[in-house]
Amino acid sequence: MNRLSLTQAFIFLLRRDLTLVFRNRGELANPLLFFILVITLFPLAIGAIPELLARIAPGIIWVAALLAAMLSLDSIFRSDFDDGSLEQLLLSAHPMPVLVLAKVCAHWLVTGLPLLIMAPVLAEMLGMASEAQGILLLTILIGTPVLSLIGAIGVALTIGLRKGGIILSLLVLPLYVPVLIFAASAIENAALGLDVSAQINMLLAFLFLALSLSPWATAAALKMSMS
Amino acid sequence: MSNTALLQINDLSCIRDDRVLFEHLSLSLDGGQMLLVEGRNGSGKTSLLRILTGLKLADAGDIFWQGQSITRLGADYYEAVNYVGHHDGIKRELTCLENLRLVQAMGKPAPIELDDALEQVLLYRYGDTPVGNLSAGQKRRLALARLLVTESKLWILDEPFTSLDKKSMDYFQGVFEQHIQNQGMVVMTSHHEMVMPGPSLKRLNLSE
Amino acid sequence: MYLWFNKLGSPPHFYRIAGKWLPWLSAVFALLLITGLYGGLVYAPTDYQQGESFRIIYIHVPAAWMSLFVYVVMAFCGVVIIVWRMKLAEVVLISSAPIGASFTFLALATGSLWGKPMWGTWWVWDARLTSELILLFLYLGVIGLHSAIDDKRIASRAVAILAIVGVVNIPIIHYSVEWWNSLHQGPTVTKFDKPSIDMRMLIPLLIMALSFQIYYVIALFQSSRAELLRRERNSKWVAELSGGN
Repeated sequence: MNRLSLTQAFIFLLRRDLTLVFRNRGELANPLLFFILVITLFPLAIGAIPELLARIAPGIIWVAALLAAMLSLDSIFRSDFDDGSLEQLLLSAHPMPVLVLAKVCAHWLVTGLPLLIMAPVLAEMLGMASEAQGILLLTILIGTPVLSLIGAIGVALTIGLRKGGIILSLLVLPLYVPVLIFAASAIENAALGLDVSAQINMLLAFLFLALSLSPWATAAALKMSMS
Repeated sequence: MSNTALLQINDLSCIRDDRVLFEHLSLSLDGGQMLLVEGRNGSGKTSLLRILTGLKLADAGDIFWQGQSITRLGADYYEAVNYVGHHDGIKRELTCLENLRLVQAMGKPAPIELDDALEQVLLYRYGDTPVGNLSAGQKRRLALARLLVTESKLWILDEPFTSLDKKSMDYFQGVFEQHIQNQGMVVMTSHHEMVMPGPSLKRLNLSE
Repeated sequence: MYLWFNKLGSPPHFYRIAGKWLPWLSAVFALLLITGLYGGLVYAPTDYQQGESFRIIYIHVPAAWMSLFVYVVMAFCGVVIIVWRMKLAEVVLISSAPIGASFTFLALATGSLWGKPMWGTWWVWDARLTSELILLFLYLGVIGLHSAIDDKRIASRAVAILAIVGVVNIPIIHYSVEWWNSLHQGPTVTKFDKPSIDMRMLIPLLIMALSFQIYYVIALFQSSRAELLRRERNSKWVAELSGGN
């Protein structure tokens, strides 16, 4: 029998991770609930002034998405690290960066994608201009994979630590700044009826950069964490 | 280089927290040979095995596989290696069959039916049972089944007999012997005595 | 090339050379610092717009330059660690982090001091200050990660990866923040550097920059020497060193 091709291995691992999440359905909703909760806190804290909320809606939604993505990062490698599957993946006959990419894709599908579905509802609740909502979805679609990819590096560096959580946020959040800036600004521009192609192009550039560099850095960091 | 052994360890050192676990360790292993690593707890057995897999970096020294450094070989080396460590490396949410399929997908599949493999490790009726419901010994047998369902020359086993009963221990001992007879190689640590024909068994005691 | 690397990278060799150089470097540093400060605080003419308060640039600008420079040095060490596994690079990387963080903090503090007379507030979300702030977080991340991992050889590899990832991101972050700032034009009156600067102002600035550079080397040598002794405390050369005293 022959060894699986790279694409087959990628798909196999992606499906495995999705199966695993599906069998632990309880955890599926956590990042999404967190996302909604954080956004609910803002009107309570600053008052339900429609103009103010509409003005800061892009920022709120994106900061909440950032935090939700960060909190869910640990689950990319945690269970594999704990039960020894990760060392078996590192010892597999396939290149690790490809396997890492499969795992990050699976992670994004279960944590990033639900935000995409929930975001329009929240945008409506905050009174965001309807012209901006399409762009909001677009920025989430392009931006959240970047968050997962960058976050994977951070979580790979800290997976072996007992108290990795706080240090993880210190490592990852500064790197999220560019995504936050361009995504929020795109939505703001869209609400004012201005052109957003510059911001969207930048976000796309970040996505391609993260796609091409992050799997390698993550694989190297995982290898380091296992030793 | 004059060495022709498949696996060659040169001048290997491992230091942990100021304590030298082992130093200037050199040895070679060829097809059809087993290396039994012995020593007290904390003498560096697991570290040595992990260094051999390439998961851990040695503080000094090199390991060569077929004359090439394993750090350079990367995935080409991993294809020849099967490692069973302290952790079973199986997912508790997946069934036994799903786990074995995963093992095959990540390595070089051996020409064996998965059901047969399960039968051999005495898990025949458990194919569709989630691993979370199995006992520790059953999980260990499933972890060791990776040796049957993938093809690899070098087996690196860290306490493979943990939580196994006498019957399963005898069975796997037979599997290892068979592997050695087929010119395979085994490096293992074990608290249990291994019976193995003289010339094919090498011993290394890290406590001395 | 590799041999040269090896020789320079051998800890006892570095320890000796660095020890020999330290007094000389300190002398040069003191000389440059006094000249630069005199030039900046006394010799340079008063700025017609900002008055005397502009003189803080003689600390602020060199510190800001160094904050970036040190990070680049760290990333370079990171590459050396990953590719050649050189012990000395590990030491240089982790010794640089607190120094770089201090420069960054100095740049932030002086920037904020300058802001009070200029903008009437201690903090403005100016592009430079914001970038520096994020840079400070990047430094703190390196320091935090290194201290969180017990095994120092593993910790070195971890921060090597982090420093490389960080250096790829710094230009992106810097550019994004500039861009963000140009959109939300706040109460910023003026920027620190102007297109044309008087030579009498520029020369002291360059002297200050050089003295900061040398200060970095001094601080780096000292903390690297200490870190080397700590890491190699079991080796023969350290034993000989302490046996000699």
